[in-house]
Amino acid sequence: MKPAARTQGSRDSYGRLSPLWTFLLRYGPPRWSEYVVKHWTGQRLVIAVPYLWLFIFFLIPFLIVLKISFAEFSPLSRPPYEPVFRWLEDGALQVKLLVGSYVYLLNEPLYVSSWIYSIKVAFFSTLMCLMLGYPMAYAISRATPTYRNVFLLLIILPFWTSFLLRVYAWIGLLKTDGVINNVLEFLGIINEPLAMMNTSFAVYIGIVYSYLPFMILPLYSNLEKHDNTLLEAAQDLGAGPIKSFMRVTLPLSFPGIVAGSLLVFIPAVGEYVIPSLLGRTDQLMVAKLLSDEFFLNRDWPRASAVAIAMLLLLVVPIMIFQRFQNKELQAAKK
Amino acid sequence: MRTQGLFSKTMLGFGFFFLYVPILSMIFFSFNNSRLVTVWDAANSPTLKWYAKLFDDNAILSAAWLSIKVAAMSATGAVILGTLAGLVLSRFGPFRGRAVLQGLTTAPLVMPEVITGLSMLLLFVSLEQLFQHLFGWQFDRGVATITIAHITFTMAYVTVVVQSRLAGFDDSLEEAALDLGARPAKVFFRITVPLILPAILSGWLLAFTLSWDDLVVTQFVSGPGSNTLPMVIFSRVRLGVSPVVNALATIMVLVVALGVVLSAYFMRRQEQRRKREEQMAAAG
Repeated sequence: MKPAARTQGSRDSYGRLSPLWTFLLRYGPPRWSEYVVKHWTGQRLVIAVPYLWLFIFFLIPFLIVLKISFAEFSPLSRPPYEPVFRWLEDGALQVKLLVGSYVYLLNEPLYVSSWIYSIKVAFFSTLMCLMLGYPMAYAISRATPTYRNVFLLLIILPFWTSFLLRVYAWIGLLKTDGVINNVLEFLGIINEPLAMMNTSFAVYIGIVYSYLPFMILPLYSNLEKHDNTLLEAAQDLGAGPIKSFMRVTLPLSFPGIVAGSLLVFIPAVGEYVIPSLLGRTDQLMVAKLLSDEFFLNRDWPRASAVAIAMLLLLVVPIMIFQRFQNKELQAAKK
Repeated sequence: MRTQGLFSKTMLGFGFFFLYVPILSMIFFSFNNSRLVTVWDAANSPTLKWYAKLFDDNAILSAAWLSIKVAAMSATGAVILGTLAGLVLSRFGPFRGRAVLQGLTTAPLVMPEVITGLSMLLLFVSLEQLFQHLFGWQFDRGVATITIAHITFTMAYVTVVVQSRLAGFDDSLEEAALDLGARPAKVFFRITVPLILPAILSGWLLAFTLSWDDLVVTQFVSGPGSNTLPMVIFSRVRLGVSPVVNALATIMVLVVALGVVLSAYFMRRQEQRRKREEQMAAAG
């Protein structure tokens, strides 16, 4: 679509309210108003509304973060940074950019270790999600239609319930006098309670648990579309089940694997709630670092620098994800 | 084939066990009499006393009411903006800046929440300064700023849902209406909206849930005195498990489960009816 609609749009661009518009705008303000009425109504207005919203509330905020990340921290002023741009008496514009916050990010051991830790946690939890989610998606895609719907419902159901409360549920399971320890002690498997809360293990569990549906759903929607005749052909040609899986199903499901993995990896790097509730207290993840820097130290420039650095780190995965998303939508159109 | 099927089925069973045990244990222990949430007090349980406590807890109740208001407003805003964005992206053909719009609508889907939260807050602080400078008027952060932030990150989800629904059927109906002389706005309300109504409804529910559930972004952009439910829950559970939170969680899980099961049931029935009608139309 649609040259037809466009001509239609311009013919009708005054719309139903045309007498009102012409009355209001012809007798009074200058010529540009007619230009606006002629060229800006209809489609352009429809495009402009979401565009403007995202521009003001999504794009501009990033520019502000970028600006403040170069500002100088001054704890006593409100807001706590020195202005980056300042008009001087003689009409000159003073621009003061400091890279101090970024230098600090790269050199402070606490920061470096939490970057490495975040990436490590995100990477391994993505891997675990994949190892658990792939067989699940596979089994669902092979089930009969009735079961398939029930299974999908069961996968989506936790997604609709509170994320915070589902993470909270793990505290009850993992803590020293929690359910898992009680059960294991009752069964006589352990004598001493295991320390599971506030460990990396708990963070992995929390992330895999919360993000598993994000892995399964793209994988499922890929696996479901597979053509079974290919598998049959492979088996007719003498491939065993493992070989035909490795040579046919797995390569075909690659887009699903990429999409699911990115949907887990990207938010996991910036995860805040799970490590705060379940994680180690001696090893922070980046998101916690950012929020502590912001709320506790009130060092806005440094918090902004952390955000920009996180964005730079994630920009490649995010772009891959977007390209993938567009391709999916294009494919759905055909 | 068989071993493979067995393996994946075992994993499926294990996965469901993993997904549901925490929720079920949370529900189970909400009926526990003991304050030590996870130690079952067999003598005096089950009990409903934590539910009674929950309904006496004014901090939780007022936070829940605030969350409902914010979620309803942001879901409505997100549906309006997200539907427009989805329509523009899938129906308006190529136009200048289309790629940018597509990028702007999908980016919030994967953006880490701390970044969204921080950037929104810094925007609001800058706007505060600007307004103070220009008009000498100071606005407070609170319900309005939370709602704006929630609209911004939830509209991305609505856009994706609407866009994929619109991609699912071609535009011949809309074109026919245009050919018959209907104005674009009329075509939109009479043809497009009814067709994508399921997507709009599920987009609204999705946006409502995401807003109702959000902690991180809200923590950044909320002002003093405007505590949403997740903020209250978070401050409670940081100090350890609390039986009142278990009771609250149980109620929330049951409401959601009921809603999801009912909507799935109705959707299936509608689908069946449509299929029957199609068959009858084909036969007649």
